[in-house]
Amino acid sequence: MSYTHFEPAVAVEDSPLAIKILIAGGFGAGKTTLVGTVSEIRPLRTEETLTSVGTEVDDTFGVETKDTTTVAMDFGRITFRNGVALYLFGTPGQRRFWFMWDELAQGAVGAVVVADTRRLSDSFAAIDYFEQRGTPFVVAVNCFDSAPRYDVHRVRAALDVGPDVPIVLCDVRRRESAKLVLVSIVEHALRLVGRHSHAG
Amino acid sequence: MTAPKRRWFDDSAGPIVRPYAVSRGRTRSYGETLDLLAVIVGKVPARSDRRWLDPEHLRLLSLCRRPMTVADLASELELPLGVVRVLLGDLQYWGLISVRPPQTRAYVHDERILRIVLNELYTL
Repeated sequence: MSYTHFEPAVAVEDSPLAIKILIAGGFGAGKTTLVGTVSEIRPLRTEETLTSVGTEVDDTFGVETKDTTTVAMDFGRITFRNGVALYLFGTPGQRRFWFMWDELAQGAVGAVVVADTRRLSDSFAAIDYFEQRGTPFVVAVNCFDSAPRYDVHRVRAALDVGPDVPIVLCDVRRRESAKLVLVSIVEHALRLVGRHSHAG
Repeated sequence: MTAPKRRWFDDSAGPIVRPYAVSRGRTRSYGETLDLLAVIVGKVPARSDRRWLDPEHLRLLSLCRRPMTVADLASELELPLGVVRVLLGDLQYWGLISVRPPQTRAYVHDERILRIVLNELYTL
């Protein structure tokens, strides 16, 4: 069989440079809000094989691949003027989703762990993951109106993260605040790049 | 009468669906798995090719007339990522799309690009 077609109007080499930041954290911590505040948020569905915990509670009635389920990611894009597009991927924080993160973390500038002071332990899994993987990350403490306020030192001690990991207190509903969270992860990634190149 | 069973796994996982009907049951694509941020540019299929291409293939081709990432295509098409990867794998096999892998290694350690992103974020 032969295929006849025209050449594309645009060369693939001219396409914008796509870079990504991961947004992780516990359920309800504010991942979706953060992505939606700074970018045009759209759903992105993936289908995943959820094993271990999943097989016990999956309702597989009428579903042929019995352990496949869709996982909706928060997906946002910010297009800059100079041919660079920043992609945000928000993913569920629990340990059983780590297999998804492997792909997302590959080649990511870094990650934001969104934390809620009422449920700080929900962010442990994400922090563990990025520490183990060596992905640059910052912790964004989403200051809910009803949540107790803590200073950064106490949050750092509670989360047991190193002194070099930035912790940002924020209100992800506010655009300026959400923007500063992204600024902090890019600045952190830049510091680490600088450190590596100077050490070498 | 009993209410239809809700096929939800849990709140963070979402509903259980049968996503592979449009890919005819295939869960793996030809060739290597396309990265989420691989950029796809479609070619204009000849009229003779249009007759046998599936509607989803044609929608993909029309969407990626301009360069688009795999993630953008999946989101626009409102199909799960795995399904879109299978369909793109078909199009790649038939020579109907060009694929540019993401240049992540280049930029993650590139101070210049990180500074561009930072400056853009400041002015957002």
